[in-house]
Amino acid sequence: MPNPQSPVASDQSRLVAASLRRVPLCGYRKPAPGIHPPHLHPDYLASLKRAPAQPLVPIPQTLSEITGPCFQPHHLRIGADLTGQGKGAPLGQKMLLTGRVLDEDGKPVRHTLVEIWQANAAGRYRHLVDQHAAPIDPNFVGKGQLLTDDEGRYQFKTIKPGAYPWRNHPNAWRPPHIHFSLFGPAFSTRLVTQMYFPGDPLLPFDPIFNGIRDEAARQRLIAQFDWQTTVPEEALGFRFDIVLRGRLETPMENRP
Amino acid sequence: MRKAPAAAELLGIAASQTVGPFFQIGFEDLYQTDLTVPGLAGTVITISGKILDADQLPVPDALVEIWQANSFGKYAHPDDYQDKPLDPEFTGFGRCPTNAEGAFQFRTVKPGAVASSSGAPQAPHINVSIFMRGLLDRLVTRIYFSDDERNSADEVLNLVDPARRSTLLARPDALYPGTYRWDAILQGAQETVFFDF
Ligand SMILES: [Fe+3]
Repeated sequence: MPNPQSPVASDQSRLVAASLRRVPLCGYRKPAPGIHPPHLHPDYLASLKRAPAQPLVPIPQTLSEITGPCFQPHHLRIGADLTGQGKGAPLGQKMLLTGRVLDEDGKPVRHTLVEIWQANAAGRYRHLVDQHAAPIDPNFVGKGQLLTDDEGRYQFKTIKPGAYPWRNHPNAWRPPHIHFSLFGPAFSTRLVTQMYFPGDPLLPFDPIFNGIRDEAARQRLIAQFDWQTTVPEEALGFRFDIVLRGRLETPMENRP
Repeated sequence: MRKAPAAAELLGIAASQTVGPFFQIGFEDLYQTDLTVPGLAGTVITISGKILDADQLPVPDALVEIWQANSFGKYAHPDDYQDKPLDPEFTGFGRCPTNAEGAFQFRTVKPGAVASSSGAPQAPHINVSIFMRGLLDRLVTRIYFSDDERNSADEVLNLVDPARRSTLLARPDALYPGTYRWDAILQGAQETVFFDF
């Protein structure tokens, strides 16, 4: 999005800036308790040595927290079709993943960067650290980027990732998932999450998914199968809407 | 136009999940460790540090993101109402994975002072998000500069226990002029202050 302020501001834009200065800051709503998982989640062993022991220090939202990185089309390096990054078609169940990025008030989050990455159909990442004895798919890299449109919509074309084992506990398996990274309009709205699949039998046993205490919040990370976007003879449609923190209506609520 | 819904009607937000060990796949195309651009105003600095866990062991699979104002104290964002110049092409965004030694480094410009909520200037600072395997939610903190006299009046720093404020200060490296050192200690003695807002 073009920034309305230019380095050489005209007299008129200086006037606008001066009048805006009297507009009090409205921060973003704090997430309700239980939505975001705690940093220390003992079922997830790696959190034990990495979670802070001291409580977080509450601070007010200043300009630093209500602004955030803005990305433009020329910043993007890869596309949104994960099935077209190799010489041929990747193995696996093709899927069309669509959704909207919204704020808590239901307003679209426009032109915001969405990044995804995932394992291939066999549950293997194209990454040196992944030692899972499942095959690499030469035609699947497993990453995508896009900016949402004017209505906050996005669409990725990909394949359904496989489950994969990890070493958290005996016979530990991650349910199939797609990693999502979103910025939203501000530093306050930055979010990294994962999308899961409906009816997955591994979900009740996954410490990462179940680190979210709120049942409804867990359900919100599960995509829905969608006939509307299912492409005959080609790809299953899944829908996954993502809601980011919305803006407070009055600056009085902008307190630590 | 529909009226904004009451608090009870708000949509539920998406919960955070860990970035996991394989974030490089999705993030490497937008790694940005040198934020400087041609013609950028201000003093170029390097910030170099490590992420250390509860045993003071380096964290080799963390991702550090920074968000900062330019040297005039202006963010490249439409909600920054301050009447200050922007630097064309300077986004203020940096992203660096830690290496096998848990180290990260950014080359950037020292940010100027940004207005606080009360209008008083904040001390120059860089906003930091830290993601890693093992953390289901990001950690957020700020890097201030130990040699900046404006720190003592900073409203956010003054909310922090004085005994812990030093964990937010990057210090000039005696050997390398223009380089600041700042480590994030995740847990234990000298644990870095992390914020909630
Ligand atoms: Fe994963």
